[in-house]
Formats: sequence, C-alpha cells, structure tokens
Amino acid sequence: MSEGTLYDKVWDRHKVTTLPNGQDQLFVGLHLIHEVTSPQAFGMLQERGLEVARPDLTHATVDHIVPTANQDRPYADDAAERMMAELEENVRDAGIQFSDPTTGDQGIVHVIGPEQGITQPGKTIVCGDSHTSTHGAFGALAFGIGTSQIRDVLATQTIAMEKQKVRKIEVNGELGEGVEAKDIILEIIRRLGTEGGVGYVYEYAGEAIENLDMEGRMSICNMSIEGGARAGYVNPDETTFEWLKDTDYFQEHPEKFAELKPYWESIRSDEDAEYDDVVEIDASELDPVVTWGTTPGQGIGIDDPIPAPEDLADDKQDTARRAQKHMRVDPGESMEGYDIDVAFLGSCTNARLPDLRRAARIVKGRQVDDDVRAFVVPGSQRVQRAAEEEGLKDIFEEAGFEWRNAGCSMCLGMNEDQLEGDEACASSSNRNFVGRQGSKDGRTVLMNPRMVAAAAITGEVSDVRDLKEVALQ
Amino acid sequence: MSDPTEEIPEVDYVEGTGIPIRGNDIDTDQIIPARFMKVVTFDGLGEFAFFDLRFDDEDNQKDHPMNEERFQDANVMVVNNNFGCGSSREHAPQALMRWGIDAIIGEGFAEIFAGNCLALGIPTVTADHESINALQQWVDDNPDGDIEVDVAAETVRYGGNEISVSVDDAQRQALVEGIWDTTALMKANRNAIEETAAQLPYLDQTRSDVEADD
Repeated sequence: MSEGTLYDKVWDRHKVTTLPNGQDQLFVGLHLIHEVTSPQAFGMLQERGLEVARPDLTHATVDHIVPTANQDRPYADDAAERMMAELEENVRDAGIQFSDPTTGDQGIVHVIGPEQGITQPGKTIVCGDSHTSTHGAFGALAFGIGTSQIRDVLATQTIAMEKQKVRKIEVNGELGEGVEAKDIILEIIRRLGTEGGVGYVYEYAGEAIENLDMEGRMSICNMSIEGGARAGYVNPDETTFEWLKDTDYFQEHPEKFAELKPYWESIRSDEDAEYDDVVEIDASELDPVVTWGTTPGQGIGIDDPIPAPEDLADDKQDTARRAQKHMRVDPGESMEGYDIDVAFLGSCTNARLPDLRRAARIVKGRQVDDDVRAFVVPGSQRVQRAAEEEGLKDIFEEAGFEWRNAGCSMCLGMNEDQLEGDEACASSSNRNFVGRQGSKDGRTVLMNPRMVAAAAITGEVSDVRDLKEVALQ
Repeated sequence: MSDPTEEIPEVDYVEGTGIPIRGNDIDTDQIIPARFMKVVTFDGLGEFAFFDLRFDDEDNQKDHPMNEERFQDANVMVVNNNFGCGSSREHAPQALMRWGIDAIIGEGFAEIFAGNCLALGIPTVTADHESINALQQWVDDNPDGDIEVDVAAETVRYGGNEISVSVDDAQRQALVEGIWDTTALMKANRNAIEETAAQLPYLDQTRSDVEADD
C-alpha cells in the first residue's frame, strides 16, 4: 500500500469512519452538480424526505445540454428546457449557488470550479461526471460519481469509497515543438491501456509535468479516467499557488491564501513516499499524438503507422479490428492525410484560454478548408469573454470558424452540436467512442488543440509542425 | 428500494438465465447513448439499452443478443474486459437493470460503472478470460440454462460446472449483508461527520452564507 502520498494524506484528513461494509466514509469538500446526472438524485432525496445537508459546499452549473448557438429561453429543444428548469428548481429549493448563463460565470463544470477558486489543493471534490478528475491538477482528490452517490453526497456531504492504489507516472524530459499536455496523456493511455488504471489513482510527476501550466495539468488529469483511473493529481507547487492567487475566492479573501498555503504544502507527497507502482515516460520522445480508433488508448504519433491488430496484445486485437473498420483505416498507413469534415475546438479537456491562444496562432491569417465546418466552443463564459477581449474570436471568425457560447457541445452531442452521418471530426475532446459525438457512424480523431486548428485549415489530419505559427498581436 | 422504511435486500445470490455481450472496452456511450439521457428520471431507460447496436437508422433490428427472442428473459449478463468504461452516467446500469439484468459476470469492469451497479444492488463479478469465453459459449448454446451467481461463496455454477469468481471485498460484504444503500448508513454518523469537517482547514472559507460547523 502507498504511504505518504498526497492521496494518503488527503484521504486521511477526510476520513469520517470505516463503514460496516468495509468502505471508508469520506467527507466531501466540494460537490459540483450539473443538469444531467443530478435531477434523479434530487428525486431520490425527496422520496426519502431528506434535505441537502450542505448547500454551502455544493455548486451548480449547466453545461451538457445547453445550446451553444441560440441560448434564448425557453431553449428550442424541449427536453433541454425541461432539464434546465428542473435544475433551476432544485438549486432554488435547496439554496445552492448556481453559475447559470445569466451570471457570466457559466461553463463546463470542470472549467468553472478552478476559475472561481473553489477548486483547491487538499480538497475532496466529487461530481456526477467522470472528468471530475480534472480538479486533481490542483492537488485535490477529485473523482466522478454516479447518481446514487450524488444522492449520498447531497444527503450527507460524505461518500462511501474504498481506498485505491497509487501509481506514480513520472514524465521526464522536455516536450518537443508542437507537442503538449494532451499528447502526454494520450501516450500514457496508449501505453498503460484504457483499463490499466482500474484500481489506481494516478500521480503525475516529473519535470515535464512540473513545467506545464495549470491548464496543461488539467488536460492531463482530465483524461485519467480514459486510462481507467478514477482520479489523477499533480502535487501543488508555486505554479498552482500563483494561479490560485488570481481566482475570485483569493481575490476576495487574500488573507486566506497565506492561511491555507501551509496546508497545501503539507499535503504534497513526501520525498520518500511509497507507491504501489511507478512508471516512467520520456516526454522528449513524443510527437503530436492522434487516435486512429474508437478508444482513447488507440493513439499513435502523427508519423507512425497504424498498428496491425495481430501485432497488438491478444485482448486488444478484436477491439482494434472493429475500430479500424469503423474508422476505415488500414494498418501500415499513418493518420496524416485522413480527411476530416468537422473541426471541434472545445470540451473540458482543451477549451481554456491558453488552448484557444495556441490554436489561434495556427489559424491566424489562414482559412478553414472549404469542406470543413469548424467551430470553437469556449469552456466557460469567462474564457469566452477573455478570448473576445484579446481578439481571438476575430481571428477564428476571420478564418471561417464559428464562435459559440460555452458548454460541453460536440464532445458528447447532447445539444444541437452533433456529427451527421459518417462525418469525421478532428476533436480536442477526450473520447472517440462510437456514437460519442451524436452520430453512430461518426468518426472522431482525438488530438491537441493546435492539431485541430491545423486539420481545420488543411481539411485533413496534419502535422501542426508543418504549419508556421503566427505571433498574436 | 426508494422507500426509506423498506429493508435493503441482501443480494447474496442471483439465479437465472444468461445473455452474452461480447467485446472488450464496451463503453457507457454504447450502453446508453447520450441522446437518451435528456430525461429527469431513469424510468423507461430499459428500452434504450445498447440502442445504436440494436437498431439501424430506420429503427429496424440489427443482430444483437438483446434483440434475440431466446435471450428476452435473461437476467445474468456475461461480458468481457473493461466493461462500462467511459462516462460516470448511472443511466448505463439503470438501463441494463430496467431491461432485466440482475447480475453481470465479466473479465473486468470500469470502476465507476461497478460502483454504480453496487448502488443498485447489481453484483459485478469477475473471472478469467477462458472461463468467461466458455460461459458465453455455453449461454449461446443453452439460452434457457440456469446460471447461479453465488456472491457470498464467489462461485458461478452452470450446466454442471462451477467456476470460481472474484467479488471485490467491500462489494461482497455490502451485497451479502444488505448494506449497499449507503445513504442511511452514512447519515447515522452525523457527529463523526461534523468532527471531520471541523478539522478541515479550508472549510470556513467556502463562499457561502452558511458557515462551517466550527
């Protein structure tokens, strides 16, 4: 068992007791909720005559179903309107703070928590969404939960869990040109497998991780779940603290920053911490990664050949064959030159301001390919405003991108933004599952935001390193 | 299940007929496509389980075990590795449960999916690749054949065979003792919850009208 890791320390601080079933009961420091997975939980609470125990530690937003084009109420989609109305009623009745679109603070739940400073090191954070692992970038212990567990948290502000093992993933070396956080996590998942992290929490460490900005760390922790790990984290450091200082909470309560810093430092993994497993990755060997299949583990460097199923591990061959048939790719080819119809720059993985800035440097002065519909969906209203203020919106629009409002959008196609028929999409999101983007014949190629920009311009999967970047301003 | 006064049933044993769902990495988007999640209750989700694999664009049935007459009464699903990966949507096990599934035997399960199954009292038990393949084949040949999932003893019996399976310790204890619905269990520890909260340095600093316990 691990010892002295951030995971062990945060777990111990939040452990209420051991339950008769052998699970630990953990206190939840922050419960984030959204419109898709919470209504049934509120319903269960009502049936049992229970109230929300800690509305003050609960925060809501709307992201999955929110339209990104016309947001006038009532929403054009009746089902979306009903879900929104239900959430509004639930948060009003319970007295839960709600970052709805009228506040200017709305956005994807994993973008707004960090923005507002309520995501903090050493907190336990849960949400009915598997990408809650994102918040681990701050040294929080954060994981996705199901609706019955949301009921538990609403009713008790605690959750029943079993302690997991800790795998340290040490990423050393310097990232090459055009290579970024997204490529690191896609490589980790390719190497360790989509199920490799089951039973583990991932600690991301090493100089390549330490050198990342907070947004890059969020991209990595975000996709922990694609590797089977329910949670992933980075030990908080000066980069974390500097970022936190500028958030609402610490702007409003600057004294808290000094007060909490010792706690944040105390929960860092010890130098001599013990891990259940350690994996090393050399970041300098990486090229931009793209997926060729229908699981996030099916990635390759942009120049590499798509593997032959028979060359993969026995248990991966069948999945690979089905994936290659769906994607219509053949072993031996690279993904470079794969025709795309849609370019989607968005999602809780890669729709923060630095992501959009990097993509804009590729897009500036160029035109989206005639056969591609391209759009940008900022991760939050704040990202949207900031990007508009610094001229990114103009750059994207002049190039032929549509500039949308904040939401989950085409990452999972629960609103109007969906693939049609067998369209292929260059996507900065996190899942390339069959049907994920709204069409069961749709084809998703995951990649970093600059690579999405490059694909939008050329109309095919391209190596962004072949396109010159243009300085902004 | 929803009545608080109702006793939480013990799920130490599930018996019934099987349905094989083959393939590794079957994700929750396949189990229940997102467009069916635009609902505020779980009612009626059963008919949408595996929808895109069961029906074409014109809603005609495709080849899928869940469309086969011989599996319509099945309640034990037999799956391969990393079943239920992807999203945390409880809609996935809810859809399977409402279709009629009471237990799932597989090579491996994604963690959030298994946790969601436990919250519904659905055991997720695991066995090795060969045992699962053999069982899937047997179910294909014997759609009316009886399968007994003994959660307490960690065995599965079918057609004169007995295989040993693994059930995660906490899951087994929770199911066997009928303590898998954790709301009331945890709510009873009110004092301990408050003591833990009082020790958390960040708690008095949440942006709220209500102050922390201290």
